[in-house]
Amino acid sequence: MGMLNFLISFAVMATIYSIFAIGLNVQWGYTGLLNFGIAGFFAIGAYTSALFTLKMPTGALAGYVKQAFGLNLPFLVGVLAAGAVSAIIGLLIGLLTLRLKEGYLAISTLGIAESIRIFFNNESWLANGPQGLVGLPQPLHNIVPPSYYNYIYLLIVAAFLIVIYIGVERGIRSPWGRVLRAIREDEIMAAADGKNVVAFKMQSLVLGAFIMGMGGALYAHFAAAIQPGVFEALFGTFIIWTMLTLGGTGNNKGAIIGAWVVWAVWSWSTFIIMKVVPESFSTRAPFIRYILIGLLLVIIVVRYPRGIMGEEKQVSKF
Amino acid sequence: MLELTIYGIVLGSIIALGSVGLTLIWGITDLFNCAHGDQITVGAYSAFIFTSLFSKLNILQGKVGPFSFNWGIVIAFIPAIIISIALAILIDRWVYKPLRKAGVHSITGFIASIGVAWVLRGLIYIIWGADFHFYTQGLRPTIVFSNGVKFRVDEIFIVIVSWLSVALVYLFLNKTKKGKALRALADNHNLARISGINTENMLIWAWGIAGLLIAIAGVLYGIETQLRPEMGWIFLMPLFAAVILGGQGSITGALVGGLILGLAQQLSTAWLEPSYKPAVAFIIMILVLIIRPRGILGRRTT
Repeated sequence: MGMLNFLISFAVMATIYSIFAIGLNVQWGYTGLLNFGIAGFFAIGAYTSALFTLKMPTGALAGYVKQAFGLNLPFLVGVLAAGAVSAIIGLLIGLLTLRLKEGYLAISTLGIAESIRIFFNNESWLANGPQGLVGLPQPLHNIVPPSYYNYIYLLIVAAFLIVIYIGVERGIRSPWGRVLRAIREDEIMAAADGKNVVAFKMQSLVLGAFIMGMGGALYAHFAAAIQPGVFEALFGTFIIWTMLTLGGTGNNKGAIIGAWVVWAVWSWSTFIIMKVVPESFSTRAPFIRYILIGLLLVIIVVRYPRGIMGEEKQVSKF
Repeated sequence: MLELTIYGIVLGSIIALGSVGLTLIWGITDLFNCAHGDQITVGAYSAFIFTSLFSKLNILQGKVGPFSFNWGIVIAFIPAIIISIALAILIDRWVYKPLRKAGVHSITGFIASIGVAWVLRGLIYIIWGADFHFYTQGLRPTIVFSNGVKFRVDEIFIVIVSWLSVALVYLFLNKTKKGKALRALADNHNLARISGINTENMLIWAWGIAGLLIAIAGVLYGIETQLRPEMGWIFLMPLFAAVILGGQGSITGALVGGLILGLAQQLSTAWLEPSYKPAVAFIIMILVLIIRPRGILGRRTT
């Protein structure tokens, strides 16, 4: 039972990460946009959905929990709002940074994500500062006993993943997707063909941000508690880059496989390491994961740049 | 306000020192090294191996002049520098050289450097744990002026060593044959090569200089604050900002950028929560990118 529960919650997280990896694939894999601020969209999505679905704290609780608003809306509205707000933030970031050279875009987005986290941490009036928000509503939680709830949630996130996967695949195979890939390959050429490069990049950035925002919301309702510490660059950004790079940049199936493999390495290695190492070492042992993930990233980039799948040949449908 | 300005200059000096190595590598190899911060952490901890060894052996424990630290730290600079230079060169050989050989885009190197950063941080966590460490225990002497402005005596040392190291590197780059070759390489890689410069050999020099500056910055940063595994990663954010502010490959730019950021971060605490310091660095950086994308002293117009 314990093992099965572990497996199910592992599957839920891997599915949520698959959604993020697809979001990144839209931006980086197909358009060549270096978004190193995934953690920022992750946080925006999670907090938006939390504030949309939670009630405003009342009574004694109001003394402990501060939040700017609490709309008590349904889960689905929360997730879509998370995507929308994240997309708007993506639009603003795009207006600031899309005209910059690609390397600068990476640094800017990294900094913006870090600033977003610091903002949530400091501005207690907005979402309770470092303590974060707890008790996020979980959809359909009363149809099964609590110990089986993760099965239901796995179905919910899987449904989101399928819809997002099909949507992105269709977009990428359309003429619109072909322009994105043209921009990735040769921006000047695409511009010479009369394509508005900045506008297409913006659409890709915003679509990716929308997907990531929904991913953040799905994570928030699964964890049922969020705090700014979760959205650090390591857990929120770089692990997703490793997933996409491993699975195959420019391939949505690869993105999903990469997410599952990396998340398996991340969560199972702790499990195994803890069984092997002596008690006195147990506080340090989890950091072996940093080395594993780091090495994985370096080895793929240097030796196997295509990842597991690589980009497939695409034939556009007219 | 004067006090914050002094802190700003101290912080700015360390940022300037840290960012010179970063901008040097960026200028010469077109690689934005994300592991630079964690290499600084390694530099700081390498010195810590020796300071704790010295205190176990009970040698070199005499205090240096008016400063809070002992001779052990001064001596520990040397092995820390050697370790840091060796590490920088090895990383280049193992990770970035194959990428250069494959002729892939510099962005790939940037992604690989993130992996390197993780590996280094993981090693630090495993060897030393997440706890804070200090080179020396005890109070740190401060100087108090008659008008109430105070600062730590150590900070004089930090500022002097920072600028001295930067000045030496600057002289090296401008006055020696190797230095000139390096600058030629940064200017135009292919032209440098057909002029008979052994580019791979020069890159070892570039990473060596970066490693040297990284170690000094790490130890000074460790003296100024404390050692913790995330120190370099957190420090990397203002370094990025300083380097972008200064312009790709511009050493003078990085120095000016470093000072501006140090001052801006410290002075901002007069109005903002101190935890907003990294955000201040980024807002300045983004403003510069929008108004003047090549940085204040950038030389490239593309």
